[in-house]
Amino acid sequence: MQAEPRPKANECRLKAVDLACRRGDRVLFAGLSLAVDPGGACHIIGANGIGKSSLIRILAGLAAPWIGSVEREGGVGLIDDRVGLDPQQPLGRALRFWARIDDRIDEHDSIAPSARLGLSDLLDVPVRYLSTGQRRRAALARLIAQHAPIWLLDEPLNGLDHAAADLTMALVSEHLDSGGICIVASHQSFALPGKTTLDLAEFAA
Amino acid sequence: MIRQLGLILRRDIAVLLLGRGNSGATLPILFFLAVAMLFPFAVGPSATILAKSGGGVIWVAALLAAILPLDRLIEPDIERGFFDQWSLRGIAEEWIIALRILAHWLSFAPALMLATLPASVLLGLDGATLRLVETGLLAGTPGLAAIGVMIAAITAGLRGGAALAGLLMIPLAVPLLIFGAGSLANGGSSGIALTAAVSLVLLAIAPFAGGAAVRAARG
Repeated sequence: MQAEPRPKANECRLKAVDLACRRGDRVLFAGLSLAVDPGGACHIIGANGIGKSSLIRILAGLAAPWIGSVEREGGVGLIDDRVGLDPQQPLGRALRFWARIDDRIDEHDSIAPSARLGLSDLLDVPVRYLSTGQRRRAALARLIAQHAPIWLLDEPLNGLDHAAADLTMALVSEHLDSGGICIVASHQSFALPGKTTLDLAEFAA
Repeated sequence: MIRQLGLILRRDIAVLLLGRGNSGATLPILFFLAVAMLFPFAVGPSATILAKSGGGVIWVAALLAAILPLDRLIEPDIERGFFDQWSLRGIAEEWIIALRILAHWLSFAPALMLATLPASVLLGLDGATLRLVETGLLAGTPGLAAIGVMIAAITAGLRGGAALAGLLMIPLAVPLLIFGAGSLANGGSSGIALTAAVSLVLLAIAPFAGGAAVRAARG
């Protein structure tokens, strides 16, 4: 329940053992193991529908694996296509809601990521008027303000222009430098220092 | 923890009560008044019939008004990822559902009880009946809110969930209606006590049923 203390403790860890995932009658993947230590990154690749998003949700603890177990140490921040921002609220207020939930009460902390992501001019605009890319950047701002050591990103580059995509990769690198963990599920190339790549096709059942 | 729950409650109230663009809390109240206004046209202006059936009409109208906002109680927040983000932060779904029941109650019950005053005039209810209806609504609306949120959680993500939610809610609301409107017939407080008892049972069950439903819908 408590927010992660700052500065980030280098004690985060993510370990999955012998995961299998089933959707309906279909086994998407099986026998998947994964261990990431502080500063480590993993890029999950694979074709559409192979189970990248399902794996991310299992790692986040939002879905139960069919077989296997996941161990997490440290808080988890998630970005997927659902940004978690109220459409009728101005962006600044919607972001502040999460910043407060995450115990970041000082204004600077909830607004600083927005400035870097080029959202400063949009803080008064209701979320429903934002474009796909702008929403994605808003989700990133929320993630940064959360200060969670484990980042799970599901297709983080969708809808982003080149500059924003580069910025996203830079932000992930910084997160790793500060001892965080990042798992990226994306069919696009994603530049990460010292990443391991995991091709889900190898585990497809 | 308490602080986080306070923030979530404030946000829920802002979305449910003041939510612009989705007509907020005004539509169910207008609907409630419309029923009270139409009923005398349908059964004729006989004061004795109206006074006899008016209390029951208010109860039925209140039940239907509580059904109207069901589809925006839970499903939008699942679709927008709010429940995922809360879950990642270790905030239990049961708490969220309990807060949502409170926010839902605040968004319709006080306004409904206020609208009962003009409705009782339209239906020609006397002071004693009005008092019974108001106390009955005070005892019964928390139960209606609990059923509403619980059913909204269970039907979230289903196709045609909104229509199904209305159908599912009606049988569960029958005990409230029997005891609440029944208290009008015998003029006693026992009916209201039973209404309150049913409400308390529903309030105790709903957070757990709703929380389990949200987790199951996550898949």
